[in-house]
Amino acid sequence: MPHMAELSAVEIRNVSKVFGFGEFAFAAVDNTSVSIRQNEFFTLLGPSGCGKTTLLRLIAGFEFPTSGDIMLSGENIAAMPPFKRPVNTVFQSYALFPHMTVAENIGFGLNMLGRPKQEVRDRVAAMLKLVRMEALAGRRTSQISGGQQQRVALARALAPQPKVLLLDEPLSALDYKLRKDMQIELKRLQAETGITFIFVTHDQEEALTMSDRIAVMSSGKILQVGNPREIYDAPADRFVADFIGETNFLKGRIASVDNGIASVETAMAGVISATMPKDFNADGEVTVVLRPEHASLCPPDQPGVCQMSGTLENVVYFGTDTHYHVRLSDNETVFTLREQNKPLQGARFAEGDRVGIAIEANAARVLRN
Amino acid sequence: MARTFSIRRQRGFTAIAMICFFALYLPIGVLVFYSFNAGQSLASFEGVSLRWFQKAFENQHVIDASLRSLQIAMTAAIISTVAATMAALATTRTEPYRGLTLKYAFINQPLMIPEIVTAVALLIFFARIKTWTGYSGLGYLIAAHTAFCIPFAYLPIRARLENMDLTLEKAAADLYATPWKAFRYVTLPLLWPGILAGFMLAFVISLDDVVITEFVKSAGQDTLPTYMLGQLRRAITPEMNAISTLFLLLSIGVVTVFFIVNRKRV
Amino acid sequence: MRDAAGLIEAEKNRDIRKRWLLSLPALLIILLAATGPLLIVLIYSFLTPGPYGDVQWLPSLDGWVSVALERDIFDDTLSLADAHISIFLRSVTLSLVTTLLTLIVGFPTAYFIATRPERTRELWLFLITIPFWTNLLIRTFAILEVIRNEGLINGLLMDAGLIARPIQMLFTDGAILTGMVYVYLPLMVLPLYASMEKLDFRLIEAGYDLYATPFKVLRKIIIPLVKPGIIAGSILVFIPALGAYVTPSILGGGKNMMLGNLIELQFGQGRNWPLGSALSITLMLIVMAALLVYVRNAGSQGSRHG
Repeated sequence: MPHMAELSAVEIRNVSKVFGFGEFAFAAVDNTSVSIRQNEFFTLLGPSGCGKTTLLRLIAGFEFPTSGDIMLSGENIAAMPPFKRPVNTVFQSYALFPHMTVAENIGFGLNMLGRPKQEVRDRVAAMLKLVRMEALAGRRTSQISGGQQQRVALARALAPQPKVLLLDEPLSALDYKLRKDMQIELKRLQAETGITFIFVTHDQEEALTMSDRIAVMSSGKILQVGNPREIYDAPADRFVADFIGETNFLKGRIASVDNGIASVETAMAGVISATMPKDFNADGEVTVVLRPEHASLCPPDQPGVCQMSGTLENVVYFGTDTHYHVRLSDNETVFTLREQNKPLQGARFAEGDRVGIAIEANAARVLRN
Repeated sequence: MARTFSIRRQRGFTAIAMICFFALYLPIGVLVFYSFNAGQSLASFEGVSLRWFQKAFENQHVIDASLRSLQIAMTAAIISTVAATMAALATTRTEPYRGLTLKYAFINQPLMIPEIVTAVALLIFFARIKTWTGYSGLGYLIAAHTAFCIPFAYLPIRARLENMDLTLEKAAADLYATPWKAFRYVTLPLLWPGILAGFMLAFVISLDDVVITEFVKSAGQDTLPTYMLGQLRRAITPEMNAISTLFLLLSIGVVTVFFIVNRKRV
Repeated sequence: MRDAAGLIEAEKNRDIRKRWLLSLPALLIILLAATGPLLIVLIYSFLTPGPYGDVQWLPSLDGWVSVALERDIFDDTLSLADAHISIFLRSVTLSLVTTLLTLIVGFPTAYFIATRPERTRELWLFLITIPFWTNLLIRTFAILEVIRNEGLINGLLMDAGLIARPIQMLFTDGAILTGMVYVYLPLMVLPLYASMEKLDFRLIEAGYDLYATPFKVLRKIIIPLVKPGIIAGSILVFIPALGAYVTPSILGGGKNMMLGNLIELQFGQGRNWPLGSALSITLMLIVMAALLVYVRNAGSQGSRHG
């Protein structure tokens, strides 16, 4: 038995969930393992259909794994019905009981656990305070706004003090401004309660801003687990690189490797210095990734400054920054780059111009294929 | 200047609708109007009077038949609503399983067979049982009514269940409610308007039935509709108008409640 | 490793068992007091009539033969039973015309209700629902009051001096038709309304935007979209109309019988239960055929709309 401090909050061990039979069988979660630490804000990120919600439902107990184990603080809960698991869920649709008031909703879990009336009342009051909803305790859930429903759903799930809180895209129904507010609110609640949060989202920005660690999922598998910076700066593979943020992919051939830095010969950009992933040895064909914000436009044909050149195809103004799409000289690859807008400065280049592209040092990375 | 164009307007539709509503209510209106006629004849109105209502209330046949109607309708509606609720829970919100289609077909079967055929079938079947067992009480009528009320009670309950958000019960389970508690505190309260609507539908359907009752009833088991049918075939007296008016009032009362219950959407 | 798949399978089976148990009461009641007895009707149709009603347990095809044929009393030859055939034809014709008329009146009415503003719509719906919930017998009686010789129409016409003697309207096919259209109209309007309520009026806007006239919008957009409602309403009217018993027996009298009355006759004065049974089964078969058409149509509609 490992020591308590090392114990994971949730440990997924070789879990698969297959829907359907025979030739129609489909593994929503495919032999996946991951360990979620105590008190962390852990995010499952991926496109719709990647299996993230299924994995969450497996932890909640709404689905049961076809194979594998789910350990909650060291106990295997894979076959335990949901009402016995000390885990609560904030549903995407909130799933507030429409025939109950805000307070009755929040007290539901504790009442089901058969807690004394006074304790339930106190705890509901504390929860209402925590989510700043004291004034609306007696309202029906149909009489409050979407943002308020969201808070009630949170309070309801937190009230029984679960070991783990599961959040299934809880912010997707809110408009932009409210979503930003709730992101901060969620972080605050997680810090205040010290409960492990497992958060499911398809919104990479949301994942990057909120999480302690992120697991990127695709086709039922976890491709990479890491903190937001690792995920963004050092994507493990092409999918992660493509899914998180915008990325340019350049094909090339490794000429030499020195101290973790590879010199990659590319057809378009000449030789680029690119960081090699850890424990990765390769030669021959590789793909180099480059974030749009790590490149900038420069006047063409300035050797030493610009690595590449092409035709500026279009310029898209985004307020904070401007995106440029450049068709490189091979006439096929379109390179995207992004420059921050400065006050009183118009576009430096116009569509149709020939432009050069300068790449920042240490910005390029070789992808693990 | 022509009126402004409305995308919803279709030429003549409103006129037809108005005629339709008028035609629906005219005969009922006439019926009710003449129930207050002091005179005998329908051809002339001889002043307002409640004499035909009084006559109806003094008619022991009418009272007996009414009470019998209510007794059968109440019993049949309760049994059919309970059975239909259980059946609705068993046939909704699930992946298709073996026999599910069969259940649908079975439950809706009384809706699909002409009443007269069921009536004939029950006449034959119950006649046999009557001679075998010697029992000839109201049980036959109640059983028959319960059977044809089930699909009507089932309809609104099933509709309600299918519109119910499945995640609500998931949420209850997530919050430590056992399956029974989830049903008791979440499903049932949300289902209640549907059950009530089903009950009322069943009640009215049973109350209105003529054909099956006419074939199944033993001697002296007239319900109000079969009594009225018998009377209509003989002589029509304004007393019938009075009884109809009262019956109408009951129906309108029930449909009003039904409407209010169904409107309360959660 | 623990056999999770087996666990799920067992759970699933338990759920299905529970579902059978839950539906058992409803199924049993319907089996005993609705569906089961239909089989007995089938058996009775192949037996010999008893002298005082009921049957003798002697197999015979006479019940079925006399559905459409009659045996000459003197020489035993079979010929078409004109009386039965005319009743069949009358039933089918009257039911089809009833369905058509209720559709012609019911369609604009349902459309009218569906296009009312939210608040008044409930009221109109309520007004159409009241007759639906009102006893069919009372509604037939109301028509009787209007059209009988001493009734409203004749009374008014005679008072106005337009006619000297009442016009005989009661006990005609027209009377049955009027009564059936009147009593079954709500059955047409309600399903029509249900499908029109779901009508997306943006589609109609799109139709007008693309140069359709109001009539073309009706024909090319509204009617195709509410077709399921039209079919459902037609079935809901046609089936009870075909088996109608109360309305023709009150408004049609003894001569203008429909199938329902003919069947009743065999179990009453006719004392020919096998014939009555055979007629019942025939009626049921016609209804089944109509339902089959419905299921076909509803099925294809359903798949098209996903």
